[in-house]
Amino acid sequence: MSWTSKIRRVGRMAEPATPTPTNPANTVEPPTGVTGSLQLRHVDCGSCNGCELEIAGAFSAVYDAEQFGVRVVASPRHADGLIATGVVTRNMHQPLLNTLNSIPQPRVVIAVGDCAVDGGAFAGGYAVVGSVADVIPVDVRVPGCPPSPAEIIAALRTVTGR
Amino acid sequence: MSAMSVMSVVATLLQVVAVLVGAPLVVGGMRQVRARLEGRAGGGVGQPWRDLRKQLRKQQITPLGTTVVFALAPAVVAGTTLLIAAILPLISLGSPLDPAADLFGVVGLLFLGTVALTLAGLDTGTAFGGMGSSREITIAALVEPTILLAVFALSVPGQSANLAAIVAAAADNPGQLVSPGSLLAFVALAIVIIAETGRLPVDNPSTHLELTMIHEAMVLEYAGPRLALVEWASAMRLTVLLGLMANLFLPWGIAGADPSPLGILIGFVVISLKILVLAGALAAGEVFIAKLRYFRVPELLAGSFLLALLAVTASYFFATPTN
Amino acid sequence: MTTALHEFPTVPTPGQTLRAARRARVHAVLSGGLTAALGTVGVALGLSVIFGGPRELRVGWLLPLVGVQLNLDALGGLFVAVTGAVSAAVGIYTVGYARREHLARFPLTVLPLFVAAMMLVPAAGSVTTFLLTWELMAAASLVLVLSEHHRAEVRSAGVFYAVMTQLGFAAILLALVLLSAAGGGDSFDTISASSGDIPSGTRTAIFLLTLLGFGSKAGLLPLHAWLPRAHPEAPSPVSALMSAAMVNMGIYGIIRFDLDILGQGHPSPHWWGLTLMIFGAVSAVFGVLQASVATDLKRLLAYSTTENMGLITLALGAAALLSSYGAMAVAALAMTAALLLILSHAAFKTLAFLAAGSVLAATGLRDLDKLGGLARRMPGTTVMFGIAALGASGLPLGAGFVGEWLLLQSLIHSPHDDTTLLMLVMPLSVGAVALTTGLGIAAMVKAFGVGFLARPRSAAAEAAREAPASMLTGMGLAAAACTVSAVAPVLFGPLLERVLTALPTLGGEAAGPMLGAYLRLPGVTGSIAPGLIAVALVVAVLLALALARWGGRHRPAAVQAPLWACGADSLSPRMQYTATSFAEPLQRVFDNVLRPETDVEVTHYAESQYLVEKVTYRTLQADPVEQRLYTPVVRAVTAWAQYVRRAHPGSVHLYLAYGAIGLLVVLVVAR
Ligand code: SF4
Repeated sequence: MSWTSKIRRVGRMAEPATPTPTNPANTVEPPTGVTGSLQLRHVDCGSCNGCELEIAGAFSAVYDAEQFGVRVVASPRHADGLIATGVVTRNMHQPLLNTLNSIPQPRVVIAVGDCAVDGGAFAGGYAVVGSVADVIPVDVRVPGCPPSPAEIIAALRTVTGR
Repeated sequence: MSAMSVMSVVATLLQVVAVLVGAPLVVGGMRQVRARLEGRAGGGVGQPWRDLRKQLRKQQITPLGTTVVFALAPAVVAGTTLLIAAILPLISLGSPLDPAADLFGVVGLLFLGTVALTLAGLDTGTAFGGMGSSREITIAALVEPTILLAVFALSVPGQSANLAAIVAAAADNPGQLVSPGSLLAFVALAIVIIAETGRLPVDNPSTHLELTMIHEAMVLEYAGPRLALVEWASAMRLTVLLGLMANLFLPWGIAGADPSPLGILIGFVVISLKILVLAGALAAGEVFIAKLRYFRVPELLAGSFLLALLAVTASYFFATPTN
Repeated sequence: MTTALHEFPTVPTPGQTLRAARRARVHAVLSGGLTAALGTVGVALGLSVIFGGPRELRVGWLLPLVGVQLNLDALGGLFVAVTGAVSAAVGIYTVGYARREHLARFPLTVLPLFVAAMMLVPAAGSVTTFLLTWELMAAASLVLVLSEHHRAEVRSAGVFYAVMTQLGFAAILLALVLLSAAGGGDSFDTISASSGDIPSGTRTAIFLLTLLGFGSKAGLLPLHAWLPRAHPEAPSPVSALMSAAMVNMGIYGIIRFDLDILGQGHPSPHWWGLTLMIFGAVSAVFGVLQASVATDLKRLLAYSTTENMGLITLALGAAALLSSYGAMAVAALAMTAALLLILSHAAFKTLAFLAAGSVLAATGLRDLDKLGGLARRMPGTTVMFGIAALGASGLPLGAGFVGEWLLLQSLIHSPHDDTTLLMLVMPLSVGAVALTTGLGIAAMVKAFGVGFLARPRSAAAEAAREAPASMLTGMGLAAAACTVSAVAPVLFGPLLERVLTALPTLGGEAAGPMLGAYLRLPGVTGSIAPGLIAVALVVAVLLALALARWGGRHRPAAVQAPLWACGADSLSPRMQYTATSFAEPLQRVFDNVLRPETDVEVTHYAESQYLVEKVTYRTLQADPVEQRLYTPVVRAVTAWAQYVRRAHPGSVHLYLAYGAIGLLVVLVVAR
């Protein structure tokens, strides 16, 4: 089967988008006031990589977080937000702070997964400093172990407003 | 040369404004084409504009230890590109700046922008900045011979390297466009434009991996408004080069040296369509290819150099005298 | 007393140091001032000759039998003026440099002499005078190269230079003797009047010999080997003089003897122009390749000189070739390109070497791998080097742009109706010029970006401080010249036209290109306006800056922040790209030509060969031509000398016998 015919046969893979979240109670003001654009720098603070898989799923063709204006970027200087996964281990404590400080203002912090939100299964471990919220101010929390791509996207959309 | 008529000035200004406004849309369109072919929904044509507006509202960060080179490079890249947009015959032939810079001058300005950005990459003093600069300048050095030879091949029929003359000669004598020389030059120029604008297979514009980056690696330290300028400029470069390519090889629809308002309108619509078609084709083509290993890129460029050399020789041997 | 002296080295009293310092200062001011004054005189003289007509001077008593004849015409005037301008900038610079670098009295004395000799060469009006002044120039420059003779590299460079320059001189001597014998006279006027009668075999011999001699002076391949050795090792003001003025004399020789004097009799055969173009193209590409991988700042600049001389020779060759095909208008274009390239190269190369000298004086370093961060420590010098680098890279707004543009125009506008040779040569030449420009950009980005930007890579670079005012003034003069040739070459227009008119063999009659605000080309369509581009670019950059202000009121205040270190706390300067790493991709791409010697040594842990303990990487970029071509010759000469040495055992009796035999042979032969 040739590439072109495959493209034609598969067609659109992305699931149709649900309506834009508008409830002001559980949305966050987009950091710059411009809706529909959010670039994220991801930091793995000590995750089991379960959350990473789900984030990758959220950016896959099926969930396609890009349609809501979200992109993952390489440099924190290009980012508006930090997406953090896992408990903050001692080794990743300082790098997490460094990354956050490298992101230009205004910025948001999104904690993905139970570990990042409250320590989850690893809370209180000897190598653990705490949850992400214990270390830096967190704006958006995505609980779940791991949260599903749909949940992650729903949370991201509360920030992009799209 | 062209009389400095009011309308040609209007056409030139329109050209610049259209490039400023349209370039992010072109990039958005390309991303959209790509997304659709990959089965995704995509961020929409307006996504680059949203990103730009957002970056312009973000804090400007100057990394410690950098100099004025780092601070000014984005403006130089954007400035050279704007100037090129004002020189090129996109909407009409009679840009008041056309006699001020011919195709060699335009190529020089393009490289001036590249050099500014590579110096900025070095100025940061980071490992990735230097790496990106080194790679970018290597590609630029190897692209230059092809570009100039392609210019040479194109200048043979019109007997001038000035853009208006080349485009006018091609429009007057369309048979020239399907000559072997012209076709070879087209392919050669297409390859160098891909290389210069950092598209696949030379560079992957959407990579997140620093070690595979070329263009992106140089601009890792830019934030906020400067980043916005860099991205805007790279979108404009792509747009302008696609427009140049379109009018060099499909010169129809362009308004004359002293255009009427209708002519300007037609010229504007036609060039927009041409650019969109070329951009769409480029984006669609990118779906099917992977990035080349960096040290395979010189082979590609050597190939394009050979094509350009053949183009010149062919245009010499098959030249149909215009006068 | 002697032992006491030995144990306690004499410390000069404060009075002594003060006096010595004052004396050094007087020497510096005298030498620099004299050089600058000579330079100014040279500029004035050159211009007056170009615009006012030739001048003659004959000093009969100075040289036995023939006398010294000075004959300055427009062509010579141009070279005198260029040399003068370079010397003026260098002279002022030397005042500060000599004190910072403690130049000795002897080189300081020779410096003005060298300048004077260089200005006499283009003024020579007869073969004897030319040879005399040429040798004076060579000897003076050799003394200057050897200024720091206590360093072994300097001595080795000096030997290389001495041998090659003397071999070159021998070739020139032979050629000019042939010329004056065949031309029936000593003075250039007589020879050119009768140059039509010179048989073609002799003409060919003269052409080849002069190409050899003058080509080696201009640093053309493969006779360039002295240049990247001698220029870096000389004190920087001398490097500037050699690289910006002295090498021009090689070009002058080729123009004067091959294209002017011999060309007046017969139009030169096609292969002359072709040969020049090939030598030029090969030198340009090879020079720039070496420059793009060089890590020694002054060596890089020296190779860039080879590159530019190559481009100039290419332009000369194009002019000769085109005029031999009767395409006079395009030939005039190529010739203008050559002359303009000479001017712009002199300007930016002077500036580059002076700036490199001020870096050297401030840090003691030439190695780009150890430099960096100078932009904050020596802002003036950095700006100066930036202007020079922009000029050398041939980009718009740079000094070299207009010359290269003219050269490209002359190449693409060559006639191609039924001359297969031109159809093949011109595209290849454009390719060579383009590759040269592309790689030149890479070389200059490396020199400026690695050397001056980023963070210092060594303690010496960290401690650099700005050059004194006199050095900056000298550089400022050269920078002004760079700016003029970049944005207002119109100012050179009348000058070049005059010189061109004096060269009838190269299309002087066909009106030269009009260097107005718009450069328009006669006979072909094509124009450019460097000044206008500069203005428009400034406007466009301001526009871009204005665009970046959009949305500014929503923006938090700008901040300074440490570099993004991928999450780590900081990046050390050692993590930066160096000149070597910067050029590594190019080195790999051109591996076959450059043949770098690299050597990777991986040490594994004893426990497992998959764990690496350390990696040692060594790379040496030597000059492949030098290694392939010179080393065997040098080895053969050495072997031969060893052999001959056996005849010199040191016995006086044997030497007396040699003398007796020699005398007998002479007597027998002479009888
Ligand atoms: S939340 Fe669950 S999936 Fe995510 S990092 Fe923690 S343990 Fe792994």
